[in-house]
Amino acid sequence: MNNFSDIFNTYNWDETKAGIYAKTGQDVERALAASKRTLEDFKALVSPAAAPYLEQMAAISQQLTQKRFGKVIQMYVPLYLSNECKNICTYCGFSYDNKVKRKTLLPMEIMQEVSVIKAMGYDHVLLVTGEDNETVHVDYFKKVLDLIRPHFAHISMEVQPLDLEDYLQLTPYGLNTVLVYQETYHQEDYKKHHPKGKKSNFRYRLETPDRLGQAGIHKMGLGILIGLEDWRTDCFFTALHLNYLEKNYWQTKYSLSFPRLRPFSGGLEPKVEMSDRELVQLICAYRIFNEEVELSMSTRESENFRNNIVKLGITNISAGSKTNPGGYAVEPESLEQFEISDERSPEQIAQVIRSQGYEPVWKDWDNSLAQ
Amino acid sequence: MLTIADKIFNSRLFTGTGKFSSSILMEEALLASGSELVTVALKRVDIKNNDQDDLLNRLKYQHINLLPNTSGVRNAKEAVFAAQLAREALETNWIKLEIHPDPKYLMPDPIETLKATEELAKLGFIVLPYIHADPVLCKRLEDAGTSAVMPLGSPIGSNKGLKTIDFLEIIISQSNVPVIVDAGIGSPSDAAWAMEIGADAVLVNTAIAVSGNPVQMAKAFKMAVEAGRLAFEAKLALPVTHAVASSPLISFLDE
Repeated sequence: MNNFSDIFNTYNWDETKAGIYAKTGQDVERALAASKRTLEDFKALVSPAAAPYLEQMAAISQQLTQKRFGKVIQMYVPLYLSNECKNICTYCGFSYDNKVKRKTLLPMEIMQEVSVIKAMGYDHVLLVTGEDNETVHVDYFKKVLDLIRPHFAHISMEVQPLDLEDYLQLTPYGLNTVLVYQETYHQEDYKKHHPKGKKSNFRYRLETPDRLGQAGIHKMGLGILIGLEDWRTDCFFTALHLNYLEKNYWQTKYSLSFPRLRPFSGGLEPKVEMSDRELVQLICAYRIFNEEVELSMSTRESENFRNNIVKLGITNISAGSKTNPGGYAVEPESLEQFEISDERSPEQIAQVIRSQGYEPVWKDWDNSLAQ
Repeated sequence: MLTIADKIFNSRLFTGTGKFSSSILMEEALLASGSELVTVALKRVDIKNNDQDDLLNRLKYQHINLLPNTSGVRNAKEAVFAAQLAREALETNWIKLEIHPDPKYLMPDPIETLKATEELAKLGFIVLPYIHADPVLCKRLEDAGTSAVMPLGSPIGSNKGLKTIDFLEIIISQSNVPVIVDAGIGSPSDAAWAMEIGADAVLVNTAIAVSGNPVQMAKAFKMAVEAGRLAFEAKLALPVTHAVASSPLISFLDE
């Protein structure tokens, strides 16, 4: 069976990083002029040398995105089911060593949350949990999927990495998409940030997308947590991973996220800062590199940034999000994963999207289509 | 006039509903196009409460026929199920069969498409399958009971024009069902070209929806399709690549 580890292990972090920082304006110009961009082109597009070309990159990114996706932005919202977690992660509010009361939603509570989310207009939902295999496990997910499936056209999940057999069990329950972020591809740093719990196994996480591909999942999402390590290098490895996955699991759709580290109670300061300008560069670089990949934007970013990013390459956006279990109705004050930055309602965001000349789309899938 | 199954069309421009910046603009553009057959992705509309669906409500015109499509399905089984859902919800037995298991380039799966066409035709559907420009597949689909064929001009949404021109010409020359060039048509001149070579109709979406002025572009496509059809019916003068002078090669015949 193919495995990304085999490819990943042929790369060296420091050499890769040096290669990115050695790119010149000429390399950037070649990447911009190419009709199909290679991984070397991607290095140039995320390198410091590309900074002066940002306006041009934005124009290309906008045009490519409109050609593929049209003038529409898809709306989704997270539904946090649980903040119980046995992992220690230095950057996360749910970290095991964060001694705060924990909660996992009961079926009745889930339905209360669902009714609020539905009233906001949502039809696409993202289920989120921490990692506690005693309470939040495959049987729990099956129950939740069974419960909410009649109410949503599209269900995504961002939970702990699972075994192939688990994914095979969950897809018949209407699970369409799984997001699993590597956080960082820097192995030593990964160990530092994940000292305890199942998540400390770098390789198991790295090979999760392979298991998802083997399970024939409709869509999977990749990404790193920006702020842990050099973002340019980490994002190169994300692009490398994406390239590999597209070739091997050609029936799966892909999406990318680019969360920047946000404050939470007792949290970590980012080791590496990324400016707004650099985040725009990254979004445009991803788009120019891959015309088909979905690019997703959360409420971590500021109002002004989100208003303006709509036209620059993203395809999906969340709004009105709560990052704690019960946040919409049941227990608004429970422990949240991170502080959101844009607190505007879904309707306000929809209005922003329309004012930018785009249509907010609430439904672009139907659960009944996958048998 | 074009006849497909039991319907007669005055317009040979078919259109789609995706990618528009608003549903109002979509409505205006589709009206300007004069199109009488408009495809709608089943996944995009509220099938259960279709009376309340904004997109569907904007298509309620006497002259507009809905053509639900199965975009998003990955095999024949899912496609047949989707077609049945569409028939029930939208009260039409017309179905645009789109089976692309490859979500990157959205290339149609010929094997699953043939299987689904066979089954749907037996179930009484008017099937319009989206396919690669493959002449043999077109004949096989005819045998399976298809009502038309919809070969691609170039990759869907690419606006690259008629890259498959040689195969389209073969398909048109031997088809017993209407041939609708679907996907890749990027400009009115591409549409006119498709009509000039004898396509029965074209389907255009991205090139209208993503243009600077979709209403005006829709009108431009309408005119181009009409011009191309007129030219086809008038029979084009064949191009001459070199002058014909005296014939040294066969002059011996007159000796």
